[in-house]
Amino acid sequence: MTTATERALALPEAPAAGVPAAPGLAAAARRQRRLAYLQAMPLGLVFAAFFVVPLLLTLVVSFWEYNEYEIIPAFTLQNYLDVFDGCAAGADLCTTFRTYLSTLKFCLIGWAATLTIGFTVAYFVAFHVRSAAMQTVLFLICTIPFWTSNVIRMIAWIPLLGRNGLVNDALMSLGLIRRPLDGLLYSDFSVVLAFIHLDTVFMIVPIFNSMMRIDRSLIEAATDAGATPWQTLWNVIVPLSKPGIAIGSIFVLTLIMGDFVTVGVMGGQQIASVGKVIQVQMSYLQFPAAAANAVVLLGAVLLLIVALTRLIDLRREL
Amino acid sequence: MDIELVGLTKRYGDTLAVDAIDLKIRSGSYCCLLGPSGCGKTTTLRMIAGHETVSSGDVVIGPKAVGDLPPAQRGTAMMFQSYALFPHLTCRDNVAFGLKMRGMPKAERLRRAEAMLGLVQMEALAARLPAQLSGGQQQRVALARALVTGPKVLLLDEPLSALDPFLRVRMRTELKRLQTELGITFVHVTHSQEEAMALSDLVVVMNGGRIEQAGDPRTVFERPATAFVARFIGGHNVIALPDRRVAVRADRMRLGAEAGPDAAPARVVAVEYQGSAVHLGLEAPDLGTDAGTPLTAILSDRAYAATPFRLGDLVRVGWQAGEAHRLDA
Repeated sequence: MTTATERALALPEAPAAGVPAAPGLAAAARRQRRLAYLQAMPLGLVFAAFFVVPLLLTLVVSFWEYNEYEIIPAFTLQNYLDVFDGCAAGADLCTTFRTYLSTLKFCLIGWAATLTIGFTVAYFVAFHVRSAAMQTVLFLICTIPFWTSNVIRMIAWIPLLGRNGLVNDALMSLGLIRRPLDGLLYSDFSVVLAFIHLDTVFMIVPIFNSMMRIDRSLIEAATDAGATPWQTLWNVIVPLSKPGIAIGSIFVLTLIMGDFVTVGVMGGQQIASVGKVIQVQMSYLQFPAAAANAVVLLGAVLLLIVALTRLIDLRREL
Repeated sequence: MDIELVGLTKRYGDTLAVDAIDLKIRSGSYCCLLGPSGCGKTTTLRMIAGHETVSSGDVVIGPKAVGDLPPAQRGTAMMFQSYALFPHLTCRDNVAFGLKMRGMPKAERLRRAEAMLGLVQMEALAARLPAQLSGGQQQRVALARALVTGPKVLLLDEPLSALDPFLRVRMRTELKRLQTELGITFVHVTHSQEEAMALSDLVVVMNGGRIEQAGDPRTVFERPATAFVARFIGGHNVIALPDRRVAVRADRMRLGAEAGPDAAPARVVAVEYQGSAVHLGLEAPDLGTDAGTPLTAILSDRAYAATPFRLGDLVRVGWQAGEAHRLDA
C-alpha cells in the first residue's frame, strides 16, 4: 500500500529530544514499542535461526581455504577466483558463464511458458467460471500434482518420453515418424517440460489471487466504455494482475535458478546448471567452493529480482 | 433520445426480477427509477445499459431496438454505484479510456479528457490516481468518464448513495445542472424519494419488479396511484375507510375544531418538534391504517403554538372532502 498507511500502521514514534512530552505518555510509548518487538520475536527467532545464520555461515565458509582432505578457517579469495577461472581470458566463454547462460536459458523459457499457461489458467478460472464452488474445485485441481513428490512427478515422464516410450510409440504407429525421436528425454526439451510441469502452479496461485481482487464492475466499466474483450484484457486485467505476475515470476525464476534435481533427472545428468555445480562440489566435500558458488548464485538471483521490482513497484501494488 | 421499454422482463431461474414493464422516457428528460431495494430498478437500468441480458421484451433507444446490442453500441453510458474508476490510471487516463478504446490519437483524447474534467471542475487533479481522491471527487471523475464519449443517454446507478448528506445535496444540484446543460436523457436509480422529487421530470416508482406509478413528481405526490406509492413517497396517511382506501397528505389533516364532518376521535401518541413544523402521531380506532401504525398529522409551528397538544390528549381528526385521494389498490 502507500506509505501513508505504513506510517499509520507504524508504531508511535518516541518524542524527539527537546520536545517535552508528558512523562507518562513517553513511558507508555516505550512500553508499547517493547511489546511490539516482543510480538515480532518468535518469527524473528525462527528467521534468524533458519535463514540469517545459515546464510552468514555460507558467506563465511566461502572465504575459507580447503584442500583434498581438510577445510581450513583462513581468509582467502581463491574460491571466488576459482569460480570465475578463465573468465577474464576472453576468446571462449568460461565454464561458469556458460553454466549461467544455460541456467538463464532454462529460466527464460520456463518463465515465459509458465507465465503464459499460468495467466491463461488463472484468467479462465477467475473470469470465466461463474460459480464460486466451481472456482474452488478447479483451483484445487490445479494443486493435485503437489500430492506426490517432485521426483516421482519427474520420473513419471520417463516411460512417456523414453526412446521406446508412449509418445514415440504413438507417433510411430500413427506413421508420423519412422525412427523414435531421441530428443524427447534427457534433453533441454525434457528439462523445460519438467520445469513447466512443476512450477506452473506457482504462477497460477498469485495471479489468480490478484485477479480475484479485481472489482468486477471495472470489467463492466471497460465494456461500457466500448472496450473489446482483448482491450479489456490488456488495459485493465493485465495491469491489475501485475503484482501476481511479479510474485509468480519471482517464485518461478528462483526455483529454476537454484534447481539441480530436475536438471539432473530430466537431463540424464548430462546438462550443466548452477545448482548442479554446487551439488557436485558438495558431494566432493569442497564446501568452501560450493559456498562461493552459492553466494554468486544468490547475487545473480537478487539481481533478477531487483530488475523485476524495478519493472513493478510491488510494495505499492500490494 | 427517447427510451422505450416494451414488456421488459428479467428472470433469474424461477424468480422474476423485472416483470414485463412498459415505460416511455422522453428525450432530454431526467428520469428517476425509485423503489425499495430488490424492486428491480437496478436490473432495469442494467438492461437499458446492456450489462444484463433481457429475458423477454425489448429496449428501444431512439429509432432502434437495442435489446441485444453491446453497451457501447447503444449510445448509452453508465455511471456505476462504486464509480468503478480504474485504480491504475490517473483521472485523465480514466476519462480518456473510452476514447482510447475507440482508437483516438493520444493528444486528441487527452485534450478532450481535460476539457471534460473541466466541466466537472476536476482539471486541477487530473494527474491524481483515484485512490488519492475523496468520494465526491471520484464521483466527478466517474461522471466525466461517462460523458466523454458523448452518450445520448446517461445511466446512473445510485450515484449519490456513497456520499455524505451535505455533499449529496450539492452533487444533486450539479447533476441537474449538467443534465440541463447537455440536454441528454438521464436515467437515475435511487431509493431516496427526496432525491427523486428534487431531480426528476419523470418519477417511476417500482415495487416487486413492476411499475407502481410513473409521472411527474407533483402528480405522484398529489395523486399517488396505490397505497404502496403513497407510503413510499412519504407524507401520506393511508386510511382504510369502510368502502374504500384513501390517501390523505399528513399536512392536510385537520384537528380539533376544523376537523370537519368526517372527523373521528383520536389520541395523541407522539409529538415530534421539527423546527418549522410539528409532527403528531395519532391513534384513531375508527380510521384503520395498515398494521396499526399511527396516523401522522403535520402542523405548522404557528398552528401548534395556538393549540399545543400533549401526549395522551383526545382530539378529533379529519380532513376536507377534496383532500382524500382514492387509491387503486
